[in-house]
Amino acid sequence: MTSNWITTRAWLLMLPLLIVMIAIIGWPLVDTVRLSFTDAKLVGTAGSFVGLDNYVKMLSGSNFQRTLVTTTLFAVLSVAAEMVIGVLAALLLNQQFYGRSVLRALMILPWALPTVVNATLWRLIYNPEYGALNAALTQIGLLDTYRSWLGEPGTALTALIVADCWKNFPLVALIALAALQAVPRDITAASMVDGAGAWARFRFVIMPYLAGPLMVALVLRTIEAFKVFDLIWVMTRGGPANSTRTLSILVYQEAFSFQRAGSGASLALIVTLLITILAVAYAALIRKSAGAS
Amino acid sequence: MERRSLTATILVHAAALILAAVILAPVVWLFIMSISSTTDLITKPLRWWPETIDLSRYGVLLSSVANSAGEAFVASLFNSLKVAGMATAAALVVAIPSAWAVSRTPSVGWSLYAVIATYMLPPVALAVPLYMALSALGLLNNVFGLALVYLTILAPFTTWLMKSGFDSIPREIESAATVDGARLDQILRLITLPLAAPVMATAALFAFLLAWDEFFYALLFTSDQRAKTLTVAIADLAGGRVSDYGLIATAGVLAALPPLIIGLFMQRALISGLTNGGVKG
Repeated sequence: MTSNWITTRAWLLMLPLLIVMIAIIGWPLVDTVRLSFTDAKLVGTAGSFVGLDNYVKMLSGSNFQRTLVTTTLFAVLSVAAEMVIGVLAALLLNQQFYGRSVLRALMILPWALPTVVNATLWRLIYNPEYGALNAALTQIGLLDTYRSWLGEPGTALTALIVADCWKNFPLVALIALAALQAVPRDITAASMVDGAGAWARFRFVIMPYLAGPLMVALVLRTIEAFKVFDLIWVMTRGGPANSTRTLSILVYQEAFSFQRAGSGASLALIVTLLITILAVAYAALIRKSAGAS
Repeated sequence: MERRSLTATILVHAAALILAAVILAPVVWLFIMSISSTTDLITKPLRWWPETIDLSRYGVLLSSVANSAGEAFVASLFNSLKVAGMATAAALVVAIPSAWAVSRTPSVGWSLYAVIATYMLPPVALAVPLYMALSALGLLNNVFGLALVYLTILAPFTTWLMKSGFDSIPREIESAATVDGARLDQILRLITLPLAAPVMATAALFAFLLAWDEFFYALLFTSDQRAKTLTVAIADLAGGRVSDYGLIATAGVLAALPPLIIGLFMQRALISGLTNGGVKG
């Protein structure tokens, strides 16, 4: 068989996937770009060309700037917490204790719980009148009066981050645990003989094995957190007083609640561009750290 | 293992207990809410274990009496099954041949990066044209339309997973069969696909879970019992004026059961899929 024919055959086998991807991803993306230069409405008017008006309006609006800050805050804080707690949990799960295999199996629960169910569950836990958090804190004596955790701008975002972190840190832990199990026993043993303390062992013996998988988990989690919609929609819808409104919620409101397809599309593309920059930066970082080690 | 002092052993066990409590408490509380009476759930101080176990809400949600909460819930359950099932099947059909082609033909390897890149796209970047197209085709509020849209997520993802699956099957087995005169379709049908069956099963489960979990597109593109999925039905319950928190919790338990069971029983396969798919790409 010639290599030409093999390449042609590969393209033929990929044809169904390519057709599907062009029809439901490629074309909509291009059409979003087209719409972003028009004042089209979601239903009815096709809209006319308005140049960069939508972009200028969106980027200069205080809504966008405030939402970008909220989104960044949510993504950075929740991903950082997930990575730290996830690695600590993995180090623990790598120790020997009674019930270890059961606990390892349980780690899959939060990951498997559907996002919307997780959001609903935490909404019930945070309920201002009957929620379990208020009840537990009051019964222990840490709280005098019930609070509206999701109803106050000061606590709503933190409450969302806790809910997100609970669902996602076990995944980081499982990925880190798989990496830890690849660390050869004799290397850790040798480093102990050489007198390395716990921190030195973690930093110089274990960390090189963890770095690669953790980096991938970090990239995927950051991008997911930046796109967050479900959790926030179910728990606060972006409230109170827009204090938990993230970029995806803002696009939803612009394009679908207010039916402004044109400006909604321009906002969606700005979000896409931000995520792309994030992904490219991470990719460069990974390549650099891979080259260094 | 290295010897540990008694203090260290106690600390490790204490930490393990705390971790177990953190993981279990919310899930167990969801279940307790679903079997507590409404009075137990709204007494102060809150009762952490119900006076009498009340399973009636499971009956309510799983009944098919016309115009009941149950009818809407059962309809959304079936919609979720239909949409997730169809989207998973379609994703595998398009992903398997392409994943094999990419795995065996290095010269087209770059196309996989294009596929993975689309997986990073936020759904909002596609939502407006997809909404307009579905509306023009009369596929809004339709399980087929929603399944088609879910392919935007499932097709790249399954291709990615299947490709790393095919990579782990030695191509020498295939070349040996070629030498023996087997045709390509015979090789794939009789040798490669049977060997890839475990990976296909993992990919199918992952795809199904992704579709079962999806909310954004379902919220946008469905409006009533004909196509509304479970996630939207639950969000409706949680955001609506339902005063029976136990009923919301019960809906949550029922929606969570299939993925939780899949997760617990398929743990090994899922984790190796997560780590392999995530690390090797």
